[in-house]
Amino acid sequence: MEQRTTTLAELANRRSLLKGLGVAAVGLSFGGLAACSKESGNSTDAAASAKIAPTGEEPKLNFYNWDTYIGETTLDDFKGASGTDVNMSLFATNDELFAKLRAGNPGFDVIVPSNDFVERMVTADMIVPLDHAQIPNIKNIDPSFIDVAYDPGRKYSMPYTWLVLGIGYRKSKVKPVPDSWKPLFDSDQYKGRISLLSEAGDLFRLYGKYLGKSVNDLTAADIKTIEAMMIKQKPFVKAFHEDNGQDLLVKGEVDLVLEYNGDIAQKMVEDDDIDFIIPKEGSQLNSDTLCIPKGAPHPKNAHAFINYLLDAQAGKKITETILYPTPNAAAKALMPDTYKNNPVVFPPAALLAKCEYAKFRPDMQPLYEEAFTRVRAA
Amino acid sequence: MQDWKRQPGFFAGIAAAPVTWLILFFIVPLGIVWAYSFGRNTGLTSIDISGTFANYARALEPLYLEIFLKSVAVAALTTLICLIVGFPVAMAIAFAAPRWKPWLLLLVMLPFWTNLLIRTYALLSVLGTRGFVNQSLEWLWNHVGWLMTAIGLAEPGPFEPLPLLYNNFAVIFGLVYVHLPFMVLPLYAALDRLDKSLIEASLDLGAGHWKTITRIVAPLAAPGIISGLIITFVPALGSYLTPDLMGGTDSQMIANVIERQFKRANDWPFGAALSFMLMYATFILIALQALRNKKIEARS
Repeated sequence: MEQRTTTLAELANRRSLLKGLGVAAVGLSFGGLAACSKESGNSTDAAASAKIAPTGEEPKLNFYNWDTYIGETTLDDFKGASGTDVNMSLFATNDELFAKLRAGNPGFDVIVPSNDFVERMVTADMIVPLDHAQIPNIKNIDPSFIDVAYDPGRKYSMPYTWLVLGIGYRKSKVKPVPDSWKPLFDSDQYKGRISLLSEAGDLFRLYGKYLGKSVNDLTAADIKTIEAMMIKQKPFVKAFHEDNGQDLLVKGEVDLVLEYNGDIAQKMVEDDDIDFIIPKEGSQLNSDTLCIPKGAPHPKNAHAFINYLLDAQAGKKITETILYPTPNAAAKALMPDTYKNNPVVFPPAALLAKCEYAKFRPDMQPLYEEAFTRVRAA
Repeated sequence: MQDWKRQPGFFAGIAAAPVTWLILFFIVPLGIVWAYSFGRNTGLTSIDISGTFANYARALEPLYLEIFLKSVAVAALTTLICLIVGFPVAMAIAFAAPRWKPWLLLLVMLPFWTNLLIRTYALLSVLGTRGFVNQSLEWLWNHVGWLMTAIGLAEPGPFEPLPLLYNNFAVIFGLVYVHLPFMVLPLYAALDRLDKSLIEASLDLGAGHWKTITRIVAPLAAPGIISGLIITFVPALGSYLTPDLMGGTDSQMIANVIERQFKRANDWPFGAALSFMLMYATFILIALQALRNKKIEARS
């Protein structure tokens, strides 16, 4: 049985990442747990945590995740520890996730929505509260991630990663260092060498940041102003990309991209001419979280799986692969200094202080979308 | 001879499965989408089908109408290029030696064996700034540049890669590449059935090759040409992947806007109305074609 979907890109990423970090893919073994892994077909890589008690449900779990967003052996390890088969499907955007679950849960047990979609799905009554008693590993989470505005007290979601938008750029072609949104949003300096994320909401909010506003205080009048700025800037922009700006940067199609720090960090391992910066005006934070959708067929397995992903060792292995900033303090402590002190993964606190989480604003989203359609049609 | 249509039991037995399938998985879902197009969002996940025409009114606003017209223009240009490129190809296959025909047809159909997404990614690496085309050109530039000085011209400057990707040219190129087989196959079917002695007669009676093609071959192959045009134009009009992956900042087509309504904007009623606008246009095209066929039949 195929246990997870693996794409070519994912393989390429993982290989190069492991090479870059100098971590062996297999052969990490913690204690005499080899016996547990006999069903997983991966005898050298024993489960990173103790055996998980059976939940009484059939040993199956449907996990709906982003691409390149899980550890090399995490699913096999979980199977080794709990005997539960994890069937992972992939989505590319939060909207895809939302659209798929909107008409009813087609059978997923664990999903990974971002912070604003947690709010959205709670409003739409699409995710269920978590039973913290079944997730003791919540103790591993950095306390600053527990009481967050989008989910106070972590009632519905457990933080999986966090990330921040910024500028990924090619060092040899971009001088000086683009420490402001200006070269991207309001200048012809890098004509035809810019690519922006094609997420209307993110773009409008970041333009708002550039104009000195909070990402959550934009008004219809601001949208008008920003729309005009975007139309003015459009001739200098080469493409609007779908969360694959890092590929455009590596392939040399463009020299500046609007992207997430984790995506750029993954590529910096392959190409040392690439760097990432959060502009001085501040930026937008995101956090991807683990949630259980309403109508999940295996809720107990889902809790056990979420608890497993928050385990220190399991979290370390995930982080080694995906290189995103982790909110898991115990896992972070196990990581090498090259990760902990990486200024791309963990940007300076002074800059982070200027970044905000975007709130879910149902009134603004259609306005963003229509304005962006106008920008693209202009 | 007995007409098999006179055996209703047998006919119903054969038709039951596909008809049920079509109704359950095509007509019913389409009907639901059609009903959505007369509704409005009442919450994040709930739609009230109130019979409103507001979505259609919005779809007819200049903004969306312009995008719609642009998509028609892109699809029409794609179809035209496919016809110009595909006609000689179909002619060549139709007039090739019989033992070659199956192989040539196989070559035309071969791309269908690869997924559209993979073919598009292949095109991306062919046309990119550091793609195969630009790399080859750069090599030529650097190795043949001395010729220019040799014949007394100024030394060429450094190589500037051609902007082949992320613009409207790339979208048209990608669409032609994808839709060419749709044009070649019906053209071939029409040309292959052509009575070749008519062509010989035309040439014998003094018409040149060009005149023979425009006056004899093209009119006789007209039904094939028209089905080729429709079968190319309709999917090109609704194409979504190619403009999304290969297009620039202003290459959005109507299908991209529809996709955004269903996903990012979470406005299914409006997305449904836009989809049905596209479908009405397609229906009209096909109805016109059917009418034309009827007229031809009536005449003969």
